[in-house]
Amino acid sequence: MKSETPGEAISLTGFLTLFYKELLRVWKISFQTIAAPVLTALLYLLVFAYALEGRVRVFETVPYTTFLVPGLAMMTMLQNAFANSSSSFIQSKVTGNIVFVLLPPISYWEFFGAYVAAAMVRGIVVGLGVLAVTGPLVGLPLAHPQWSLVFALLGTGVLGTLGLVAGIWADKFDQLAGFQNFVIMPFTFLAGVFYSTRALPEVWQKVSHLNPFFYMIDGFRYGFFGASDVNPYVSLSIVAVFLMVLSAGALALLRSGYKLRG
Amino acid sequence: MGSVPAPSGKMIAAIEIQDLTKRFGSVTALDGVSLRIEQGEFFGLLGPNGAGKTTLISILAGLARANSGTARVLGHDVVTGYRTARRLLGVVPQELVFDPFFTVRETLRFQSGYFGLRRNDAWIDEVMHHLDLTGKADANMRALSGGMKRRVLIAQALVHRPPVIVLDEPTAGVDVELRHGLWQFIQRLNDAGHTIVLTTHYLEEAEALCGRIAMLKLGRVVALDTTARLIHRFNALYARLRLDRALPAELEAQVASRDGDLHVLRIGDYAEVEQLLAVLRVAGCKIVEMELVQPDLEEVFVQIMRGDAAGVGSVA
Repeated sequence: MKSETPGEAISLTGFLTLFYKELLRVWKISFQTIAAPVLTALLYLLVFAYALEGRVRVFETVPYTTFLVPGLAMMTMLQNAFANSSSSFIQSKVTGNIVFVLLPPISYWEFFGAYVAAAMVRGIVVGLGVLAVTGPLVGLPLAHPQWSLVFALLGTGVLGTLGLVAGIWADKFDQLAGFQNFVIMPFTFLAGVFYSTRALPEVWQKVSHLNPFFYMIDGFRYGFFGASDVNPYVSLSIVAVFLMVLSAGALALLRSGYKLRG
Repeated sequence: MGSVPAPSGKMIAAIEIQDLTKRFGSVTALDGVSLRIEQGEFFGLLGPNGAGKTTLISILAGLARANSGTARVLGHDVVTGYRTARRLLGVVPQELVFDPFFTVRETLRFQSGYFGLRRNDAWIDEVMHHLDLTGKADANMRALSGGMKRRVLIAQALVHRPPVIVLDEPTAGVDVELRHGLWQFIQRLNDAGHTIVLTTHYLEEAEALCGRIAMLKLGRVVALDTTARLIHRFNALYARLRLDRALPAELEAQVASRDGDLHVLRIGDYAEVEQLLAVLRVAGCKIVEMELVQPDLEEVFVQIMRGDAAGVGSVA
């Protein structure tokens, strides 16, 4: 009897095919997966700009609307990265076509890599769309693009992984909607997208700093303004650790076959 | 397609299952199942709903994990050697599932890539041609009829040229014409050397196609033999008799059933017909009506599932 260790001899073709399949799925419904979230972000910007522009300044010199744009872009990236892996997975589970990726010799590493990488791509494409549409309206600066890029990659990686975990866990669409509405949405909304946490009372500042999504948005914003609520290295460390812990959990779930291989 | 010998020279089984047990909570779906299917066989796996057929296939395919026991495909354990085992196995699932985002050709290319095969279009075209899918290659999966979707499922299972093919009720809900077309195609695959494992509720097809059959009941193998021997061994031969007088007392022990003056007697085989006639002649009975009946696989199946066939427990 021949023995193989799961994870050995990773076939790049299996991974690349699954990755490409996920991207093609996004492309085929790009009106819904890319255009719609960009439009939503633009509407947020217009409403908040009308209500608050000229009344609030952040980091002492940054107009409110300008401050808002990177936060909106990152929030949209995070939500779309989550939506991509979670919705793809739950659709495959509910319709039963998940069997097509469970029958072939795809390792759990390839599985993880393909779904998370596709989620990251969708998140970043949507984020670029938001920045392309809203950035010129507010004259967005770009002080340290490498920081924005790192946080975009890490943030979409975290949410792509979280989406994968939610997709594995959920048996029904409404369970996933519950996860999205009661976990992802509040955590992203209350992560300092619309305000600087420095403007909050001390207690709420501390509460905000317990939210890992806050560090993703704050670090991403640092790349544009060169200023942030928290030292970007601290944010980077927290987000990186969060990603590693979540990834380890997701890989453990996939390896165990939880809810996939009965 | 050539057969694979073991290093010892003994032929490796296409599928070897040893003492496989699977429980879902308090329900035992498989209860110590052992099977050996040789390379090149056309093997039937029969049983009523809930017998454990799909669970067995799921374990072979890596879709479920056994509580105990082992399963191997061409010598490769489906757990410890899962990569090779899955490459050697093509599975046509029972459910009519499809990915609604893609065309037929995209679906087959993806499936090919999942198995590590790039630039496999020549074989994909050939499979589509054999399954009459060429004209639908660029159609979205949603636009296909149920029968067409079933063909795509079969094409997906063949896209990596597996030597062992498992078909879990592939003709369920398929019209007669397409069903016959599919069987011809699968028969050709078997003729080309592929090992075929089939589950079906169409027993006349299992009888016509399968060289050997295992019957499962409540997670156990209750019969395992060649199709011909199953039919002969479990049913012997029956004589339907109507006489001009009462049945001789010495034949009462052979009565399987009786409907008025019509007696159905179980006899061993054709050689015993002469003995039966001799008894009737000695008793002075005149035969009014006589018919020798050899039940088909469906009747064998019913008897075995009822548990009243002689020698049910003996598996060969």
